[in-house]
Amino acid sequence: MTAPTRKLKVATTSLAGCFGCHMSFLDIDERLFTLLEHIEFDRSPLTDIKHCSPDCDIGIIEGGLCNAENVHVLREFRKNCKILIAIGACAINGGLPAQRNHLPLTTILEEVYHTSPGLANGMIPNDPELPLPLNKVHPIHEVVKVDYFIPGCPPSGDAIWKVLTDLLAGREPTLEHGLMHYD
Amino acid sequence: MSRTFTIDGKTIPFEEGQTIIQAATRAGVFIPHLCYHPDFKPHGSCKLCTVKVDGRHTASCTMRAMAGMVVESDTAEINAERRALTQMLFVEGNHFCPSCEQSGNCQLQATAYHLGMMSPHYDHFFPNRPVDASHPDILLDFNRCILCSLCVRASRDVDGKNVFALSGRGINTHLIVNARSGLLGDTDFTLADKAAQVCPVGVILKKRKGFAVPIGERKYDKAPISEAAETEDR
Repeated sequence: MTAPTRKLKVATTSLAGCFGCHMSFLDIDERLFTLLEHIEFDRSPLTDIKHCSPDCDIGIIEGGLCNAENVHVLREFRKNCKILIAIGACAINGGLPAQRNHLPLTTILEEVYHTSPGLANGMIPNDPELPLPLNKVHPIHEVVKVDYFIPGCPPSGDAIWKVLTDLLAGREPTLEHGLMHYD
Repeated sequence: MSRTFTIDGKTIPFEEGQTIIQAATRAGVFIPHLCYHPDFKPHGSCKLCTVKVDGRHTASCTMRAMAGMVVESDTAEINAERRALTQMLFVEGNHFCPSCEQSGNCQLQATAYHLGMMSPHYDHFFPNRPVDASHPDILLDFNRCILCSLCVRASRDVDGKNVFALSGRGINTHLIVNARSGLLGDTDFTLADKAAQVCPVGVILKKRKGFAVPIGERKYDKAPISEAAETEDR
């Protein structure tokens, strides 16, 4: 990789994810220093910047869409990032949260807040600050255009490094055997 | 007289009556497939083994080899079509690899890896397919069924039990169990049945055997499906 004339702005977020993909991202270890010669972080849990700059180059999305706020955040990323990358099983196919999709949402809320043992007089939370859950959990490519995908639960640090370095070098990202995993 | 045809320019010898995929496998040429299994009559339904024979698409598991055929298989065009078919299989069922016991031993997953499938591309169906846990030794998780019919063929042709069948048509096709109740526990199905060994995905699972081999050390973690021997136990 040759040093770019300016650093690329990279934004990251976790929607309906567990931050496992972010932890795996940190597993690129000391290669982070090499990466930081080429990129700077914009909105990300790593910087605590709350909103994307309008000129982000790469947005990395972990997690699928399980509530209305997830959709707003995803749209902010799509609007402000030239390239959007879905990282991990949940962003790509909904993952574990999507395993509720065959159950009606009302049934789930009833069971979690009313009928489970020990929940006498429980109530379904309805504070206006809480984002409303979606009827089904969706992968992000069902709502916005996604340019690249890094599968895995989570993808290994090596897989993430491979895709990012491919992109920085202007190559179409590929994952060969051993780096391509859905589990 | 030597009887040969070519796949992607490579000369493949064959015996009279062999299909393209049989001759290719013997010659060490891998053609992706899901419903084909060397021990059973071909079903020709998954279409993953589609090749071009003299310019025309055909399933290599049902097409007999003929001298002088010019077969294309490992091309960008055909692999893109195979990838699209695989993506459709993924969105049609509920394929959550991280929580599947078959992950790493799964032919659907390994084929998707082989084809470079980075995403399912299409919108997910998220169908409702309840599991059948009625059998004391075996779990049926229909969420992962790709309708390859290998269990149907194994139970009918080898075990002589006819435990499974495909029912319905088109998008409503689904795997059923041959019992008045529809439950596997009410059949004479056993773990020793051939049909219990042939599922290429994670539908027919042995109970109380979960994660005996850790994820990352399983069959297709060690070698890609194109290099894993077809005759090995799955």
